[in-house]
Parts: sequence; structure tokens; C-alpha cells
Amino acid sequence: MNDQAATAHQKPHPGTAGYIKIALTLFVLTALEVGAYEVARRGAPPGLAAVVAPLIIQILLVLSAAKFALVAMFYMHLKQDSKIFSSVFVFPIIIAAIILFALIALFWYLGIQHP
Amino acid sequence: MSHDSAHAIPIETSTGLDSRKLAIWTFIGSECLFFASLISVYMVYKGKSLVGPFPHQPWTSPTGQEFEPILQIPLVTTGTALLLFSSFFVVMALAGAQRGDRRALLGWLGATIFCGMFFVGMQVYEFYHFVHEGLGYTTNLFGSTFYTLTGFHGTHVTIGLIWLLTIWILALRGKLPPEKSLNLEIAALYWHFVDVVWIVIFPVVYLMR
Repeated sequence: MNDQAATAHQKPHPGTAGYIKIALTLFVLTALEVGAYEVARRGAPPGLAAVVAPLIIQILLVLSAAKFALVAMFYMHLKQDSKIFSSVFVFPIIIAAIILFALIALFWYLGIQHP
Repeated sequence: MSHDSAHAIPIETSTGLDSRKLAIWTFIGSECLFFASLISVYMVYKGKSLVGPFPHQPWTSPTGQEFEPILQIPLVTTGTALLLFSSFFVVMALAGAQRGDRRALLGWLGATIFCGMFFVGMQVYEFYHFVHEGLGYTTNLFGSTFYTLTGFHGTHVTIGLIWLLTIWILALRGKLPPEKSLNLEIAALYWHFVDVVWIVIFPVVYLMR
């Protein structure tokens, strides 16, 4: 199959301006991740640290998920490409998440049973 | 049939999609399970090391010497930022390849390769530094899980670098015309994948205490 046929299912890609916006968003999200980590680690400024420190894991998970989704949707073109590609990618990710939570739950349970 | 003529003949598939692209997505799906297993093991054993060096806590050696936490956040943050930017560079290279702009293709792909090389160099330095600080593969649970997880990721980045470098050389020799841009698109998908895996590894290993 030639490349024209391969792209028959595609919608238009974001273009240079769109790619730059996504790159800057990724950069800002990474800066926020490291910023949140530093605030939680140093405990300063105290007011912000009191909010960030207890939620640091949730904040990092949300920021990481946002970055993951941006790259997958726009740079990997899942938003524009055939839904078959999305299915082939997302289905293993769901299984991967189940494996992750199952293993953590199992070892947490074993830790309680055999401290 | 030569490789060149194979590209010129359209081949019908039942999905209407290029089989090579479906294959790389299937491979990426399987790689998600592979890295999920490694990340799961890292998380399960997180904080269970009995002896130092530790990732986030200061520690004292058996000889009484005191050490700082071993992870170097500023260096790894720089590597992370460059890996993220390399994803931007490779989509720009692909756009250049698709419109037949060889100069843009070579420039953006060269920038991608540079960022990838910096990342691998950063990781080699980090491993060297850790070993120098006393963290071997079997020193503690952190060492075993850290080297396994980041080592496999680094290997994937290195494979991606070799792949992109090969395409860059082909483009330099004028062997990547627009009708063959899918060759770069497939390599770019793999490159984005190693990027998204690092997007997960970076906070899990370096930022979650």
C-alpha cells in the first residue's frame, strides 16, 4: 500500500502552530511537576506547601496523564487517525493499569498478612 | 520485486489501513504491557530497601559516612525536557518529509537525534554516578528495580536513535521521497512511545517520594 492509501483514514494534522502549542504545554506541565515536587520537598512557601504536599501523588498523576494524552493524541496522531489504532493502543493500556493496581493491591495485602 | 517498486503498488487490506502501521501500533500495545510490568515491580518494592543508597532520603554507610539522596533531579529534568522536545522535532521532521522539504526533514530529524543522544548520555552519566556512589544492581531493591526499569527504557531509546539515524542517512542520500514518508512515520511512532513511557517513569521514579 502506498502512503496516500495509508493516510486515507486520517483527518488533518494539527500543523506547525498546533505542534508548537503542544510542545509548550508539555514543557509547562513538566515544570509544574518539578515545581510541585520541590514545593512538597522543601515545605516552602509554607501556605502552598500545605496544599501541595498532601496531594503530591495525585497532582503528579494528573499532570503525567495529561502529558501522556497530549503526546498520544496529537504527536502520535491518534485523534486524527483510524479508531482501530486507538483501540490497539488503549486496550493494552487498560490491561496494563489493571496489572499495576492488582500487583500493588496484592503486595499491600501480603504486607498486612506478613508484616 | 525491488524495494522501490514495492512502495509504488497499492495493496488492499481488509481494514483499509497500512499493515506496517497496524503492526507498529500492535507492537507498541505489547510494549505497554512490558513496561507496565516493570513499573509495577518498581512500585511494589518502592521504599522497601533495607540498606542505602536511597533515592530520596539521606543515608549513612556502614563506615559512618553520610550521603545525600542519590537522585539528581535537575539533570534528569533537563533530559526529560529534551526528550519531550524531541517528540516535537520528529513531528516537524515528518511534516517536512510529507511535503518533500528535504532540508526541514534533515534539520528537524538531526535535532531529534541530538536530543536523544543527550538523553542517553545523561542516563549513562547517571548510572556511572550511582555505581560510583555505591549503588550496584544487587545493592538493594531500589538498585535492582531502578536499573532494570530505566535500563530497559534507555535500551529502547538507543534502538530508536539507531532507527532515526538510519532514516536520517537515507534522507541525506535522497532516498526518502514524500511517498515513502510512512517509513519515518513508523519510526516516529516508536520514538513517541519511548517518550510517553518516560512521561510515566519520570514522576514515578524521580518525583514520588
